[in-house]
Amino acid sequence: MFWNEEEECMPPLKREELQLERLQEVVKKAYENVPFYRKRFDDAGVKPEDIKTLEDIRKLPLTTKDDLRDAYPFGMFAVSPKKIVELHTSSGTTGKPTVSGYTRKDIEIWSEVMARGLTMFGLTEDDIIQNTHGYGLFTGGFGVHYGAQKIGATVIPISTGQTKRQIKILEDFGSNVLIFTPSYGLYLAEVAQEEGVNQNNLKLKSIGFGAEMWTEGMRKEIEKRYGVPAFNIYGLTEIMGPGIALECEAQDGLHVMEDHFYPEIIDSETLNPLPEGEKGELVLTNLTREGMPIIRFRTKDVTALRRTECSCGRTFIKMDRITGRTDDMLKVKGVTVFPSQIEKALLKIDGLEPYYQIIVTRPQHLDELEVQVEASPTLFSDEVKELVGIKRKIENQIHNEIGIRVDVTLVEPKTLPRSEVKAIRVIDKRKFD
Amino acid sequence: MKIKQLSIFLENKKGRMRKALDVLANNDINIRAMSIADVSDFGILRLIVPVPEKAAEVLEKNNFLVKVGDVIAVEMSDKPGELNAILKFLDEANINLDYLYAFVDEKEQRAIVLLHPEDVDGGIQALNKGGAVIIPPEEVYNW
Repeated sequence: MFWNEEEECMPPLKREELQLERLQEVVKKAYENVPFYRKRFDDAGVKPEDIKTLEDIRKLPLTTKDDLRDAYPFGMFAVSPKKIVELHTSSGTTGKPTVSGYTRKDIEIWSEVMARGLTMFGLTEDDIIQNTHGYGLFTGGFGVHYGAQKIGATVIPISTGQTKRQIKILEDFGSNVLIFTPSYGLYLAEVAQEEGVNQNNLKLKSIGFGAEMWTEGMRKEIEKRYGVPAFNIYGLTEIMGPGIALECEAQDGLHVMEDHFYPEIIDSETLNPLPEGEKGELVLTNLTREGMPIIRFRTKDVTALRRTECSCGRTFIKMDRITGRTDDMLKVKGVTVFPSQIEKALLKIDGLEPYYQIIVTRPQHLDELEVQVEASPTLFSDEVKELVGIKRKIENQIHNEIGIRVDVTLVEPKTLPRSEVKAIRVIDKRKFD
Repeated sequence: MKIKQLSIFLENKKGRMRKALDVLANNDINIRAMSIADVSDFGILRLIVPVPEKAAEVLEKNNFLVKVGDVIAVEMSDKPGELNAILKFLDEANINLDYLYAFVDEKEQRAIVLLHPEDVDGGIQALNKGGAVIIPPEEVYNW
């Protein structure tokens, strides 16, 4: 099922032609209307006319999150403020927030790409979609909302929280598609189980999830708990919000909406472009955005791009599930560790709850990695030696995955934080001075 | 002849044991005997209470991890060498002991040892055969 078959299944040559035309246009607009880009391009000695092929995009300087922060609040806008109809911001947890501005046409494009994605998940105008993403400055809620409205589905804009009410509505209204962040989805499932909800009484047919990192094991867990397939949504506020890349029924990577966003992968240290299939930092360029066109934005998300034929028939390039962030990549004892690797190891052990916290310390100039895991009824034994054995088993599993020894601590059930938006998985107590 | 024992998982964190004991106190559950096994970062609190199933239920409701298992209660007279004699019965039957703890039953003026052999049924057999006095659950729960 397609929302826009003509665009989504576009032949490669036609796509490249369209992308180049749009790239040239957006670069010109950015240069002419955003002083930041004019200065950047001038400093780099590059003019919009230098973009003659798609590969020429590499001549353009990269844009970072700090650049957007420096432009706070409206320094990146390419149109007059009266044309901006909506504003969103990033969470701002790691510094000054970044602002995103949308024109009416930008909202239309956002709706279009999300409609394509929700159609991949099976949403139709006959369905009810329960959107637990927060409505507010966070783009998650509105992105899903616009896409569902475009399709003509019935949206329940419930936002995150009020978990018992969520479950009641899920049962009473017979929601067909459920949208959540993986950590909230697991929490919701846990509460539903406590409330005695029977999976068979629900009318769910699929789940869309995103806004935080997850592993294939976590998807399996979510699918098991809800009994329906779960699909990935990718996006970021700086570029637009959810809808940049979405997963089709093949569940094997996300199709990047290439007619609106141009993806590249770079080596985050050398900044050189990496060939197709190689893992590196995702860089995105808005091809059609009016309000705030962003050129070559460093997302800090780690993934790979693959131009393979997809069983769904779409020709848009596929992006792997995000396996890490260049900035939550941990260096422990000199080894690169992503929280997702630890999660992967944990999910291989039967009976382990998918909640964990990673604590990095440096007690005597040497890094130590502690992983706190919740003990569960299936793991608990009256025998100290068995509990110690389970702890060792988890430690070995993690060791196999990341190559360094960790110390696993079993903690009591339901004591690790359950987050409603983004789970805090890593606490780095090391002092670097 | 088996005595029900509660095993509760406790993180090695300030106040956790009191929290568990609070739950029992609030539900008016008295503790007959207890022991703690501790490793550096967690411990297992083992309890004998008059109403093991109810106690497990209220603890679980409060998010504690609880297991109900079996132990054997054996009477000892309060004098040197008694415990040794009891353990000998298990040794002779080649039954390994995981742990034990003991307390004094003041009313009956006797000591009671609670035993957890690897093989509980085999343990009962061996103790019976040796002539140990195994105390039935009612007496342990209600002395």
